[in-house]
This record gives sequence, C-alpha cells and structure tokens, in this order.
Amino acid sequence: MARKITYQQAINEALDQEMGRDQNVIVMGEDVAGGAGSPGEQDAWGGVLGVTRGLYHKHPGRVIDTPISESGYVGAAIGAACVGMRPVAELMFVDFLGVCFDQIFNQAAKFRYMFGGKAETPVVIRAMYGAGFRAAAQHSQCLYNLFTHIPGLKVVVPSNPYDAKGLLIQSIRDNDPVIFLEHKALYTMEGEVPEEIYTVPFGEAAVVREGHDVTIVAIGRMVQKAQEAAADLQKQGIHCEIIDPRTTSPLDTDTILESVEKTGRLVVVDESHPRCSMASDIAGLVAENAFGSLKAPIRQVTGYHAPVPFSDALEELYIPSAAKIIAAAKSVKEYK
Amino acid sequence: MTKQLTRDDLLKAYRTMRTIREFEERLHTDFATGEIPGFVHLYAGEEASATGVCMNLGPEDHIASTHRGHGHCIAKGVDPVGMMAEIWGRKTGTCKGKGGSMHIADLSVGMLGANGIVGGGGPLVCGTALAAKLRGQPYVSVCFFGDGASNQGTIFEAMNLASVWNLPVIFLAENNGYAEATSSNFSVACDNIADRASAFGMPGITVDGFDFFAVYEAAGAAIERARQGGGPSLVEVKLSRYYGHFEGDQQTYRAPGEVQNIRDTKDCLLQFARRVTTSGQITQAELAAIDAEVKALIDGSVVKAKSDPKPTEADLLTDVYVSY
Repeated sequence: MARKITYQQAINEALDQEMGRDQNVIVMGEDVAGGAGSPGEQDAWGGVLGVTRGLYHKHPGRVIDTPISESGYVGAAIGAACVGMRPVAELMFVDFLGVCFDQIFNQAAKFRYMFGGKAETPVVIRAMYGAGFRAAAQHSQCLYNLFTHIPGLKVVVPSNPYDAKGLLIQSIRDNDPVIFLEHKALYTMEGEVPEEIYTVPFGEAAVVREGHDVTIVAIGRMVQKAQEAAADLQKQGIHCEIIDPRTTSPLDTDTILESVEKTGRLVVVDESHPRCSMASDIAGLVAENAFGSLKAPIRQVTGYHAPVPFSDALEELYIPSAAKIIAAAKSVKEYK
Repeated sequence: MTKQLTRDDLLKAYRTMRTIREFEERLHTDFATGEIPGFVHLYAGEEASATGVCMNLGPEDHIASTHRGHGHCIAKGVDPVGMMAEIWGRKTGTCKGKGGSMHIADLSVGMLGANGIVGGGGPLVCGTALAAKLRGQPYVSVCFFGDGASNQGTIFEAMNLASVWNLPVIFLAENNGYAEATSSNFSVACDNIADRASAFGMPGITVDGFDFFAVYEAAGAAIERARQGGGPSLVEVKLSRYYGHFEGDQQTYRAPGEVQNIRDTKDCLLQFARRVTTSGQITQAELAAIDAEVKALIDGSVVKAKSDPKPTEADLLTDVYVSY
C-alpha cells in the first residue's frame, strides 16, 4: 500500500527492508549509527542528516560506525563485497570522494574486468550531492559525471521518493558496484511510496511529462526544476517532454533519442559543472545519433565552470533555475 | 603456537619457493627477448616471505598482494600455468589475458589480486576480515605490502581500522630496501616499519626475510592470534629483490656487488636446503627431484603460453559488468 513519505524516509525504508531480508547487507560509514564508543547513546545521530536513524537497534551488529578514514572503510566495503557481503558504505558528502577515489575507480570498478570476469563486487556507495544548502565548495558538488565516466561502475541519481526506494533496493541486489547519489535538497520531498518491497530497474528512464515541442532531459533534483519550467511553458503554448534518466550509468539512450526524434529540440538540465558533464555527454549523444531530427541547436542548462559559492546571493545564481530552463526551451522553440 | 612442520610440509615449502624462483628466473630470461608484453616486477629473492606466510593459511583465508605479486599468487595456490599464460597475454590465462602480471587474482583460492596501486590492498583485507568476523568464521586476511606502501595513507587507515574493529588481519610488510629506486633508509621515517605497530595499537615484529623458518614462525604466531580473535598484527620481513623494480631496471642505485653478495650468502633457498639436509630431514636427491619437476612445469607453462590463443575482439567488452 502506498502512502506519502519523504525521500529520506524512503531511503531508510529501503535499507531497513533489505537488511531484514538479507543478513549479508551491512551499513557502514561515519556516524551511520553515530555514537560508537561514546558514553551516551550509541546511535545518537543515525547518519549526519538522520537518514539511517533507527537501523542500529533493528539490525544489531550490522550498522557499523567507522573512523573518518574514507579510503579505509570504503575499501573495506569493497573487500567485503568480494566475498559475498552486500555492504552499503556511506560517504556522507560526495565531495569526500577525493580521499578514496582509488578504492572506487581502480579497485571496485576494475576487479571484474581485470580478473577475467571471475569477481563480483556488489557494493553500494551512498553519498549526498548537490548545491542549495549554503555548504560551499567542498560540500555541494554533483560529481556523478566522474563516476559515470568509469566503466565498471553504475551510477544512480533518484529524483523522487518512489524512485529512491526502488532504485536503492535494486542497487543493493545488483551484483556490480553502484554509486547511489542523494540530492540533499530532496530529502524532505514527499511522495507516494509503496510499503512493499519493489525495485526500479537500472537503465530505464522515466518519461515524467509528455510533450511534443521540446525534450528536456533533467538529472536528479533538476527534474523538479524542469517540471516547474514545463508547467509555466505549457501556459505559453510550449509543450515539453521531460525525461529523467534515473541512472546515468547505464544510461537509457533509446528513450532520449526517441523523444528528440519526436520533438526535434533538446534542452539538457544538469546541476554540475558544464565541462565533461552529463549535459555535454547527452548533447553529444543526440548530436551524433539524432542530428537529422534536430530543428534547433541543443541547449545545455548547467552550473558554471567555477566552484559552488557560499553566499546565498551567489549560490542562487549558480544553481540552474526554472527561469533559465524556460529561457532555453523558448529559445529552441523559437529558433529559425 | 605455530604448527610443527612435518616432512611433507618441508617438501611443500621447498617446492613452493623453488616454483616461484623458477617462474621468475624464466620470466627474467624471456622478458629480455622482447616477447613478453607490458612490464613485470619479479619476486626472486623474496620467496621465503610469501611461502612462510601462506604455509600458515588455508584456502578460506585471504591475501591481498602487490605489483610484485607472482610469488604471493603461487604461494596461495594460484596455478602457475594459468599465470604464465596470463603474463603472455593469452586467453587461457588466469584472468583471460585482461589483467596481466599486475592483476593476477583467483578468488577461488583466496587470492584477492596483485595490485597495480601501491597500498591498494590494505583496505580490501579489512573487508574480507570483517566478513569473516561478522559470519563468525575463523578466517584471517593478510595484506602483503612493501616498504614503499608502508608510507601510503591507505595502509595507515587500514591498520587503524583493523585495530578499531579488532579484525583478523596481518599487515605483512616486505621491506626489500627499495621503493622503485628510492631507498627505504630515505623514505621510511622510523628505523623499522614494525615500529609503527604501536601507533595503531597492535603488536609489531621484524624478522629475517631470507629465513623461511623465521617468517613461518613469526607470521604463524600473528595469524594464530588473529584466528583466536586477538586482532591485527604488523609483521615486517626484511629481504631483498634480486632484480630491478621492473624488468629493464639496471639498478644503478644499488651498491656494486650488493645483489650477488646476498645471493651468495643469504639466499632463502640455499639456506633452506642447507638446514633441512644437514638435519637429515630431507635428502639432496629429494630436493634435486623437486628442482627437476618444477623446471619441467615452468618449461611446459611457457611452451603452452606461447602457443595458446590470444583473446579476440569478442572478448574486448565482456566482463566489464555482471549485467548492464
């Protein structure tokens, strides 16, 4: 039965249900319990923003606090996965990738290929990403494009509570290493989520809104912004089709190309820096494979080639807005 | 208490060390012809370490290795014939020719892989050890790493994590004196790598890595302690590599005659043979028979590797994912 819960609750429920189903599922990270070795509560935090709250007592011994040693414990999660555990390691902020990238892209991602197909590494690495919290340059990046670049990794960017639960359950059950990225501005978003266990398959984009004038491909939180923009554009007589890839690796190229073949126009909305981004990747995909269908140049609405700023006055300028998406969609619709 | 070595154990230890030596000497010879692709880092001279440690391990125990990994693979039970084919880039290799010398792995015998990243294995063994601990299994994990890796943050993090979680891990530092061309006298800030153990709340010991028996005893004690739930240890073995960092390295950073002197006076195989024949446990003839069998095995592995097929275009994009 579906009821309304938040994105954050959906993630907690997915972890809880999978830990209940499979003893091999463990959760580890900095303060995932929050209080190990302290004189007070052993699970005072349940994650820095409370996403794993309550799991510590429900699943004794399997919610494991770590030292602030990202290489150490992310690597340990990878090693445990090699011998059949299904660890979910929490990196807290995706920005901390910088201190453990080797374990992810040289170890986990490459084992299967380097070892001739004789290894499976069913690890999930969860992290928060994205701007909007006045958290400044080292706690606000997207970085999904960096993981998407690496063969051997799968990359998941849910845009709503329903997908967050179904995609996380799929991530835990998946036999390849998965990077599961949660936009911190979505944690309080509410949506209909079934109580039952279900999965959302990888590599299947959602057509969030149908339309025939402009295709908008939006990543993660940008799906919300695209919906705002599309509602406004509808009033102006421009009918947008919004595609949420849901996973950037694998990427559902068919759904994107089919939509562009129908509309002839593409706007890609990606919160991250523009260079070597999902926006440029999808723009390249369409330019190469659907050039004949295009009625206008492809437009990319992205952050900037600059770190995410601290001051709200600057950060609001940085994050792609509905107004920018509207302007981009109108420019391609009106292109002669 | 480390298990007393039987006659069969001694024969097995000698065979393992001889197999590693023959494998590496043969690669040294064949690499010079230019036929072997890529680069190889040879383990010759260090055989007592891998063998002395792995004689204490069973197939359910795990090891992580280094770029100088052939010896660890052989000692842990990876098939040398498949390894040779792998190094020659053949489809019949341990990793279907997709990994090569630096990435030979065989999880079926608990070998988590040689590793092209210095210090990469430390965190991984914390994971295999954590899995054993959570499952209530008495299995241990060993991370082999060199003096170069001893200065990597991953090793520090892994040592701290293993202590914090009280994991059955042995950090096995093979100090061969050189991180590539840089002396450990320069790069390691303390006298012995084992001195660092106390900083991570674990016991540390330094042993003579040319002496199989010393390594066997020291590693055995640490492994037994870990199996009993006593937590991690750091064991440093001091030894030497006979060849360069990689094949082609002229080793001009080493003292003249340094390697030859070690070969003549400290060689682990010579010491082992002298000890077991002097004690009367094994005869020279038995050792000579093993030498001949091993030579035939390695010769055969090279003949096979040379004639085995290479992977084809159909193999290029397989094994990236389980499913995609």
